[in-house]
Amino acid sequence: MYKYNEFDAAFLAERNRQFRAQVERRIDGSLTEDEFRPLRLMNGLYLQLHAYMLRVAIPYGTLSSDQMRQLALLAEKWDKGYGHFTTRQNIQYNWPKLPDVPDMLDALAEVGLHAIQTSGNCIRNVTADHFAGAAADELIDPRPVAELLRQWSTDHPEFQFMPRKFKIAITGSPNDRAVVAAHDIGLRAVQKNGEIGFEVLVGGGLGRTPMIGKVINPFVAKEDLLPYLEAIVSTWNMEGRRDNKYKARIKITVHEQGLDTFRAKVEERYAAVRDQFRGYDQKLLAEIEQYFAAPAYRDGDVAAYTTAYNADPVFRAWVDTNLTAHKRADHAIVTISIKAHGKTPGDASAEQMRLMAHLADKYAYGELRISHEQNVILPHVHKSDLPALHKALKAAGLGTANIGLVSDIIACPGMDYCALATARSIPIAQQIATRIDELKIEREVGELKIKISGCINACGHHHVGHIGILGLDRAGVENYQITLGGDHTETAAIGERAGPGFSYDQIVPAIERLITAYLELRTSAEERFIDAYRRVGPAPFKAALYPEAEEKANAA
Amino acid sequence: MARKFTPKVVTANHLLEGDVIYLTADDRWTRNLSEAEMIDDEAHADIRLLFAAAQQSVVVGPYLADVEAGANGPEPTHFREDFRRTGPSNYFHGKQAAKAEA
Ligand code: HEM
Ligand code: SF4
Repeated sequence: MYKYNEFDAAFLAERNRQFRAQVERRIDGSLTEDEFRPLRLMNGLYLQLHAYMLRVAIPYGTLSSDQMRQLALLAEKWDKGYGHFTTRQNIQYNWPKLPDVPDMLDALAEVGLHAIQTSGNCIRNVTADHFAGAAADELIDPRPVAELLRQWSTDHPEFQFMPRKFKIAITGSPNDRAVVAAHDIGLRAVQKNGEIGFEVLVGGGLGRTPMIGKVINPFVAKEDLLPYLEAIVSTWNMEGRRDNKYKARIKITVHEQGLDTFRAKVEERYAAVRDQFRGYDQKLLAEIEQYFAAPAYRDGDVAAYTTAYNADPVFRAWVDTNLTAHKRADHAIVTISIKAHGKTPGDASAEQMRLMAHLADKYAYGELRISHEQNVILPHVHKSDLPALHKALKAAGLGTANIGLVSDIIACPGMDYCALATARSIPIAQQIATRIDELKIEREVGELKIKISGCINACGHHHVGHIGILGLDRAGVENYQITLGGDHTETAAIGERAGPGFSYDQIVPAIERLITAYLELRTSAEERFIDAYRRVGPAPFKAALYPEAEEKANAA
Repeated sequence: MARKFTPKVVTANHLLEGDVIYLTADDRWTRNLSEAEMIDDEAHADIRLLFAAAQQSVVVGPYLADVEAGANGPEPTHFREDFRRTGPSNYFHGKQAAKAEA
């Protein structure tokens, strides 16, 4: 794992010292809120519905066990004993008090964590495939490049006051688990003539104008990547619309100017900046790469695993949903669900965080990951340890076997916390999960991605859910719109609106009707919801959602 | 004829705690909506909001929220204000918990 050098540590200490002084000046009245707001946002501090909220970056989703323990400490000491893991590989604390925040940031710095650029119109936390460094299907571990991008973008003097926020995601695998096509820049490792480089996508994004990223360059060699990204961001920094914040994101710039025009401008800029990168970035990258060396994998017999798999149906169910193929056959990637049925998606208590840190030390070489799907991952577990690991997780309420299933829902904080929300999202997720559990059909239904946002900003990724739910305010009442057919993978697609929205009381039954309709029309258990939707189109699903409309049409 | 004025309260977040507060008729800030000053007159509402906005070192983001008269003082007319005076629905945290303790 990346370890801060003296420069990193000194930079962070200085930054925290500055913010402590800014907080003091706000409290003693020498700064107005208008002056303080941009400063606090640059340090991850929001003011939400009921309290402040501190958003801490988990760069490329990677955490050490010590860092996880420190996150637990923050939750206990300065919050209400829990934290919320988000789709952008951040953790949010929902209840900090302003005078405590500088101490929280200092505590984070002790373990090399920070909240810098988790908000504001700058380059945000760079997200990555949560299985990076472990997945059997990956070409390269994308995290060294992600760390290079973090260092490049942090306090980048040209990119602190951009037209709008800027989000970069990176994957080293052809199976896209980082939703790169929904980011301002998406990077996919590819190989050409034996050389590793990146396919660069630009102009993806969700929010009020959802767009799938377009390939601006099919192959950028590794050593050209940083200057190329510098060229994209600085082109947009000049061209992006500062007159209208709804049109400021790069997706609109690319859409309005056309990809070819925008590309030509990037090429021109690239020609100008390329020589400023004299190879120091590659030297730095080589240094960073050393920190991401694979752990010293232990060898050993996996018979204990096979025995437990055959003997214990609960263990087997968990293995079948929560494990992913590791690059070593005797290891596995374990996804710990922090979405027990009826619980808040993405929330972990301080005790659970400590337990996961402990289990990471015991079974996973001290490493953890956070996924954009709001779960926690132990990236390298020897298979013989799986039965003991599962037992320990189960005892702490962390053994839920639901990864990829109906109750593995992404939900944003919504009206329960977020000041921008138009409706709640968490209780909808809780109720859907509880209902599917009551019906005992979750495993039969199989892979189904439900994603919920509490407003048009789409933090809950609803556009790319197989079933997306968007909470709106219709004349002072919560109303939920359904989209169907979204896809968050390498075949990314924006879902289509199914029709009129549903009330708070009617949305869960509506989702149940969709699931029932799917079970009735699928050709086999292998045909997933999204496959069935692609085969038959929206009509049968709409009929299930709106039976009254169907009856009327039949009567006419 | 002038449009009927929807009654208002002045509300904001507390600078240090970040929690929801309301302005009372005697110029205090309360954490309890039922103690807030219910304002029936538009000109008076503007004056009260200016008064609140001047208290930079106590409050953040003051605004006027719609209310209606209830048996125990002002009641929210919109669900957002109802959440603000209660707390989140997934945990018993925020005002609902503070009230239970009091
Ligand atoms: C609670 C405080 C939050 C606020 C105030 C907030 C605000 C916003 C806004 C204004 C946008 C739209 C940006 C645009 O289109 O220009 C947005 C997008 C987004 N946010 Fe949040 N958000 C919050 C929480 C979260 C959380 C908890 C997550 C992760 C679960 C998240 C992840 C995202 C994502 C993935 C997008 C859409 C991708 C894109 O930028 O196009 N946000 N957010
Ligand atoms: S989607 Fe809307 S409600 Fe949900 S976290 Fe984002 S801004 Fe808040």
